[in-house]
Amino acid sequence: MQFLKNILDNLRPNFEEGGKLEKYYKGFEALETFAFTPGHTSHKGAHIRDAIDLKRTMFLVVIAMVPALLFGMWNTGHQYYLSIGELTGLGEGLMEKFIFGAIRVLPIVVVSYAVGLGIEFAIAIKNNHSVNEGYLVSGMLIPLVLPSEIPLWMVAVATAFAVIIGKEVFGGTGMNILNPALTARAFLFFAYPTKMSGNAVWIPQESGMAGVDGYTGETLLSQAYNAPVGAEFGGVAYDAAGQQYGSLADTMWASFWGWIPGSIGETSVFAILIGAAILIFTGIGSWRIMLSFLVGGLTMSMIFNAWGANAFMSVHPLQQLMMGSFMFGMVFMATDPVSAAQTTTGKWIYGFLAGFLGIMIRVFNPAYPEGIMMAILFMNVMAPLIDHYVVEANINRRLKRVKVAA
Amino acid sequence: MSTEVKEAAAAVVKEPSEPLFSKRNKSLLTDPLNDSNPITVQVLGICSALAITVQVKQAIVMSLSVLAVMIGGNLIISLIRNVIPSRIRIIVQLVVVASLVILVDQVLKAYVYDVSKALSVFVGLIITNCIIMGRLEAFALANKPWRSILDAIGNAAGYAWILIAVAVVRELFGSGTLMGYKLVPDAVFEMGYMNNNMMILPPMALITVGIIIWIQRSKNTALIEEN
Repeated sequence: MQFLKNILDNLRPNFEEGGKLEKYYKGFEALETFAFTPGHTSHKGAHIRDAIDLKRTMFLVVIAMVPALLFGMWNTGHQYYLSIGELTGLGEGLMEKFIFGAIRVLPIVVVSYAVGLGIEFAIAIKNNHSVNEGYLVSGMLIPLVLPSEIPLWMVAVATAFAVIIGKEVFGGTGMNILNPALTARAFLFFAYPTKMSGNAVWIPQESGMAGVDGYTGETLLSQAYNAPVGAEFGGVAYDAAGQQYGSLADTMWASFWGWIPGSIGETSVFAILIGAAILIFTGIGSWRIMLSFLVGGLTMSMIFNAWGANAFMSVHPLQQLMMGSFMFGMVFMATDPVSAAQTTTGKWIYGFLAGFLGIMIRVFNPAYPEGIMMAILFMNVMAPLIDHYVVEANINRRLKRVKVAA
Repeated sequence: MSTEVKEAAAAVVKEPSEPLFSKRNKSLLTDPLNDSNPITVQVLGICSALAITVQVKQAIVMSLSVLAVMIGGNLIISLIRNVIPSRIRIIVQLVVVASLVILVDQVLKAYVYDVSKALSVFVGLIITNCIIMGRLEAFALANKPWRSILDAIGNAAGYAWILIAVAVVRELFGSGTLMGYKLVPDAVFEMGYMNNNMMILPPMALITVGIIIWIQRSKNTALIEEN
């Protein structure tokens, strides 16, 4: 580390007042504080003393996402080999699958970071404020919620949209109303629907590839939607090679571990739960939001179960929660500290409604299989309102106490 | 402008002391383009700006319709401003505007039927366009006909350029065309480019208007409110 510090110390005079590159000091500062904890402290306002600063907080979130990313790479390769009928066993060709997936996934990560950080640095230098750290997380979230077949230029356009319209116009990190990563996904979902939904986007395809008999890219969600009325979902669900899982337990087993078609990081409940454990253990992600989100989703699934008008409604609640982006949204999207509700009571309400509405949109509207995305964005918009009423209620409660005493 | 027209106009204005295009009158034309733009500064007429800016052609026809209604409305109201009882002035304004809108609607149906179909209810809704009612109430009721006409032209032009700017962005990126002509070559599509479907949807019109407001305020710092 001393080596790195020497380099930075040598470069520093260039960026300080009077140096050649004075204009770019904020860019230099961002890189320096990324590598080392800054030596200066704040002078104004109220403070909380803590060992980690914002950069290191964000970095912990990125670490929490690594299991989902690594699994996503393997799964991308696995789905591809399933679809061509080679190496279909789970244990076979671990490295081939992983490398195949990495070649597909890493460029998306690189584009997302390059475009997003490029815009953040440019704006920071232009407005002469420090580069915000928020994008370290958004830049990793964006690739994880996209299908592996997404064209790179679309990733770039969506990232630019999310950073500029979703975040910078409101004043940058900490001021955004919507979750930037979800803004990027929603933008892509509406702008280029053929690349974001349907059966052709979840599994990598070589041009001219025919696929094996029964090859299909249908996600469990669209299978559940298309299942015949009265059918037992566990009995009719099938994997990318068209092989039926056979029973509900097997379907749930596959979706828990995540070897099913879907967006890069969303399929494996197991990998996401590792991330959740890291977030909760370090106190960065709000367990209240996660728990109430889960309860909200369960409640809605059970109501649908009792109703049971079609096969999608009759899907087992646990299976319902493990399909699609429910778990990913719960752990990484809904808990975004900026766009979520801030008050403790507000967090319970916010999480519950997001999970509740997510399942509702997903089941009711076939055009929006990713109801979770819509629900979280919707609750992002509602979060300030929830907080407002929680604060008002608190003030009223305390006012009453004063009156009684007097 | 020929001298006869000038004299005729001057006779209406009855203010020979002030030239037709004095600085004061000119500002009636130019202010709404930027400093007091009806859409970006006064934030009026947003509904039509979101609804009919998918294609440039529709935006142009809509702008022309609004221009015609505004000039007619401002002129008529200005001419009869001294005989309108102030308690029923809104109803009088509505009657005038509604008659003009019906005229415009019939003309559109007769000559550009397909555009008229596409604009559908929004031609009729010009009656409730806040810009028109706003100008009648705020300007034509208190000013002479010539100045009212200039004000109408200025505001309609301010409305029109925003509408057309938004429509250009939306049609170019949403459909790859301008005025119906294909602008993005097939070769680009073959390379993997796709039309942005979100541009067709109203939210993107709102965002585009927002971006125009952003650019305008960064150029014209007088518009930025003290905070």
